[in-house]
Amino acid sequence: MSERIVITTTINGERQEFLADTRDSLLEALRDRVGLTGAKEGCNNGNCGACAVIMDGRLVNSCCVLAAEVEGAELLTIEGVASEGELHPIQQSFLEEAALQCGICTPGFIMSTKALLETNPDPTEHEIRFWLSGNLCRCTGYDKIVRAVQSAAETMRG
Amino acid sequence: MVAAKEYKVIGTRPIRHDGTDKVTGRAQYGADIHLTGMLFGRVKRSPHAHAIIKKIDASKALALPGVKAVITNADFPRPPEGVGVTDEGPPQPWRFQVQNFLAENKALYRGHAVAAVAATDVHIAEDALALIDVEYEVLPPVLDVREAMSDNAPILHDDLFTKDSAPLADAPAKASNIAAHTQIKRGDVEKGFAEADIVLEREFTTTMYHQGYIEPHNGTAYWGRDGHLTVWNSSQAPFVFRNTLSSVLQIPAQKVTVIPLEIGGGFGGKLYMYLEPLAALLSKQTGKPVKMTMTREEVFESTGPTSGTYVRVKVGAKNDGTLTAMEAYMAYEAGAFPGSPVGGGMNGIVAPYNTPNVLVDGYDVVLNKPKTAAYRAPGTPAGEFPGDAVINEIADMIGMDQIEIRLKNAVKEGDERPWGGNWGPIGVVECLEAMKNSPHYKSELQGENRGRSVALGYWGNAGLETSSSASVNADGSVNLVLGSVDIGGSRPALAMQLAETLGITAEEVWPRIVDTDSVGFNFFTAGSRTAFAGGWAAYELGMEIRKQMVARAARIWECKEDEVTYSDDGVIHGPKDSEGKDRQLTFKELSGQLNRTGGIIDVSVNINKSSVGPSFAGHIADVEVDRDTGKVQVTRYTATQDVGTAIHPSYVEGQIQGGVAQGIGMALTEEYHYGADGRMQNSTYLDYRMPTALDLPMIETILVEVPNPGHPYGVRGVGEVCIVPPLGAVQGAIAEAIGVRFTDLPIQPQDIIDALYDE
Amino acid sequence: MQDVKYARASSVQEAISLLSQGGDTARVLAGGTDIIVQARERRRPVSLFVDIKPIPETQQLTYDADAGLTIGAATPCYVIYNDDTVKRLYPALIEASTVIGGVAIQGRASLGGNLCNSGPAADSVPAMMVLQGTANIAGPNGTRSVPIEEFNTGPGQNVLQPGEFVVSLHFPSPAPNSGAAWERFIPRNEMDIAVTNAATYVRFEGNNVSAARIAIGAVAPTALMVPNAVSAIVGRPLTDETIKAAGEAAKATARPIDDMRGTIKQRKHLSAVLVERTLRKAAERARGG
Repeated sequence: MSERIVITTTINGERQEFLADTRDSLLEALRDRVGLTGAKEGCNNGNCGACAVIMDGRLVNSCCVLAAEVEGAELLTIEGVASEGELHPIQQSFLEEAALQCGICTPGFIMSTKALLETNPDPTEHEIRFWLSGNLCRCTGYDKIVRAVQSAAETMRG
Repeated sequence: MVAAKEYKVIGTRPIRHDGTDKVTGRAQYGADIHLTGMLFGRVKRSPHAHAIIKKIDASKALALPGVKAVITNADFPRPPEGVGVTDEGPPQPWRFQVQNFLAENKALYRGHAVAAVAATDVHIAEDALALIDVEYEVLPPVLDVREAMSDNAPILHDDLFTKDSAPLADAPAKASNIAAHTQIKRGDVEKGFAEADIVLEREFTTTMYHQGYIEPHNGTAYWGRDGHLTVWNSSQAPFVFRNTLSSVLQIPAQKVTVIPLEIGGGFGGKLYMYLEPLAALLSKQTGKPVKMTMTREEVFESTGPTSGTYVRVKVGAKNDGTLTAMEAYMAYEAGAFPGSPVGGGMNGIVAPYNTPNVLVDGYDVVLNKPKTAAYRAPGTPAGEFPGDAVINEIADMIGMDQIEIRLKNAVKEGDERPWGGNWGPIGVVECLEAMKNSPHYKSELQGENRGRSVALGYWGNAGLETSSSASVNADGSVNLVLGSVDIGGSRPALAMQLAETLGITAEEVWPRIVDTDSVGFNFFTAGSRTAFAGGWAAYELGMEIRKQMVARAARIWECKEDEVTYSDDGVIHGPKDSEGKDRQLTFKELSGQLNRTGGIIDVSVNINKSSVGPSFAGHIADVEVDRDTGKVQVTRYTATQDVGTAIHPSYVEGQIQGGVAQGIGMALTEEYHYGADGRMQNSTYLDYRMPTALDLPMIETILVEVPNPGHPYGVRGVGEVCIVPPLGAVQGAIAEAIGVRFTDLPIQPQDIIDALYDE
Repeated sequence: MQDVKYARASSVQEAISLLSQGGDTARVLAGGTDIIVQARERRRPVSLFVDIKPIPETQQLTYDADAGLTIGAATPCYVIYNDDTVKRLYPALIEASTVIGGVAIQGRASLGGNLCNSGPAADSVPAMMVLQGTANIAGPNGTRSVPIEEFNTGPGQNVLQPGEFVVSLHFPSPAPNSGAAWERFIPRNEMDIAVTNAATYVRFEGNNVSAARIAIGAVAPTALMVPNAVSAIVGRPLTDETIKAAGEAAKATARPIDDMRGTIKQRKHLSAVLVERTLRKAAERARGG
């Protein structure tokens, strides 16, 4: 009864067309149809942020968006954050501050951080923690993640 | 052995080798694999906590278009006799391991796997589950550990009899839910209590807690037409998995290859297989690769959390704080099959203190909950928390500082351990002193409803077998081949130890984690053993490379090998030349000449060292309690730990901070909330409440370094002990803040409201 | 995910038509943060998602002093809490919408969805109730408006008839010398379902409270108005005693259950605490603080 549909969308600046099922979430479409496995499934119900992407400029959990809904949308995934040949300052800060251990939550945190710093380039520690509370990490205790965000913010403020 | 002095690489903070892939989404984790023609598998699970399985009818599922195969326990070969390794605990009977993969005659917990299906996509596989008809005869479940031990409890296994290692134990007459009883004894506790000025007895409970790794379990298998089974997964134990698959599927080990992909957290929980054997059998039946992943609900309900516990502890002390006796009764939930980490709790409660009289009885008890799995210092948080709580209470009663009472009783090098042997060099006193002198402890705690407390933790760490190899490239870089997966930063730690040995930089070593065909046997990545054992291997590889580099230099300089020296800065020195000039080559220069002097240098090593150094950790927690709502906020936290030598300090700090976060979760917000029907009601990340970034303060770490003489660089395992003290520290801080000593964890707002208000 | 189709509605009529044809397993899709998860977990039968986001009336956010505030049912939370007018005039809505589920959820989730999911603990509902919100509904038999406090009838149940959906929410302009506040209690600091939540609206005439609306949530099958708390404070100055009496009335009105998120005793206790806290804050706002 469900249908196969063709979705036309822009992903990381490039026009993409792919076949999806009306049962697919955006997360499933990215991972299984488009081949972008950077967004991860942690809970599939909007509670961990491991699947976070930026859709039409807003941070969203891709497990809570249907593939069908992204027709005509602009998506940014972790694979599109670094520019040609250079890591984004957020990515560089995460590496320098050792803000990842197993790394599974890292793509989601980087997307969330990007969205944060575009909204608020000079966040306080509390504002950082509040914004990132939708991203769960089990390895780091968040300390080094917060420091990485602070460091990236400083770099990006130039 | 390289003496502990100023290191060149060890102690620095290079960028990890796998870092770029992980921050760009390129790193391939187990669930990211895609293979041509891949099918997707899902598992049908028992809704009942205890039931006899009368019949399984998969015909309707098999008729659904897109469904390719359904398997049940009957598709497994008959399990081998005897036991097989699963984790650091005692090996477990094969029959129990296979019954946990797919239930045989009984479903023993809600979520117990009963059948598995493979289909062309994940949606159809899920549709198929509803079409598998299972007929159950529901039995009453037992969900409380003490109830499970009582005489009229429902019995889970007709073939499980108590293994009792206590002296004078009778041979058991009938099947029991008590799988094992063990005892630690030293001195005479009755005498010790008689000598005490204070005797305090308290009862404590903890619930099951899940490791909570963000990446659910996964396993992809391809059973080729040649009978070779290949498995891709996220696992902490690829070699153990290979051996287990070989045993339970009855194929030779050399026909099984396990390819570990990146792993999204483990903490012990990914030492066990759940999906791989199912995917293998589904692949065998369909001739296609089969990928299986778990949903988060399955992770909570069907993989192993750590044990819920009941601990009764009695401590005797003199008025000056000297402990005279400690007696503990510890009942640990094993879940549906035996093998709880009660031993960890038993060691932990007595380890840090020189209590002369000790009697600890530990019970491994099965009940209708998921089979428990190792979780960071298994058994120890729940085991040591009662000790910390009672010692803090005694300290407050006699007006003694909580750190001072621990200093008074702390074990030191040479002291006897309660279970035999003596302590080597350990950092207990050093941690306690570091706590005392910390800015945190010296600061004044200001404000109402605030409290501060401390706790002290122990974890033994493991050694075990590691194989590793390395080869030198013509450009002076070195490939390091590892068989231990990296779950938290061991890649850089091992690369750094090899680099230190060779006198080159960490960036010049390229560590790679390979599959089970490509390197010798490695025991699991667990027990805080990887930096220790892998580091020993890296050291021995490095020393062997040095030896061979010396031999090559001698060939080049046409001199004797004993005229060549390899200095620790990576420069090889030879005898003076005919003009009296010093001859030397850097590692890089010499590497460029390897090919013409005999070929590449390629070395491998297999080590199994037991010279591990145990870890101790002392934590300080400040909390603030909102009396109106019962909310507890951790406002400041400091963790001291004897880390031996911090190879990469950032990752050592990170391990500690992560363990602290998990411990705080155990103390305040996490629990397995069961209904009377044996259903875990909170099996989502919404209601299984792990701390978020907004719940925690910055976590200060003080790395105390008492090098382990049993390791060339003094390494001790660091990853586990850090989860132990938060429970006692937070509970104690709440006691200081509002004068209520809670004995049942987690301490939730409703518990605070209960304690502070009458109706 | 269960077996679902997807259809996009670009007008109110089209949505009504799709919903009517689809029967009771056709569900409105706005932000989707509840319904997509429920469909995937097979907790609600869904055969068709009717995406109403393309309908302009569901995305509006307009205010004027006469007409009041109209928020499209599918307007995401982040639009609401970034709006200067809402921040200035309806801070209680801001308080609720900034904590629903985390930033990524707020990128999609809407107040309309929060209302129509009809969860007993829905965060925004008590705030919408005390602000005299109404739901503007369109359906096969035309349009109608229902006060928010009458909209939900039980857990997961509301007054919507087959083919009907909520197009927008309306709130009257704030009266002079009035203020409102909202608060919830959760075990962590974010990302939890409320153990208890509460909202208060007060209006002063001189020193006396001239009008008040008080609501508590997560303590009954639907959020409850607390008229006894209102009568404890209206017609007299607001004092510590009357505030306490309002809290006690809330505690007595609450009829919570024990569950994995909290206990009866705790929720009753919190009903009083949160009503007292929101009352103080609403009063402060009413007085220009």
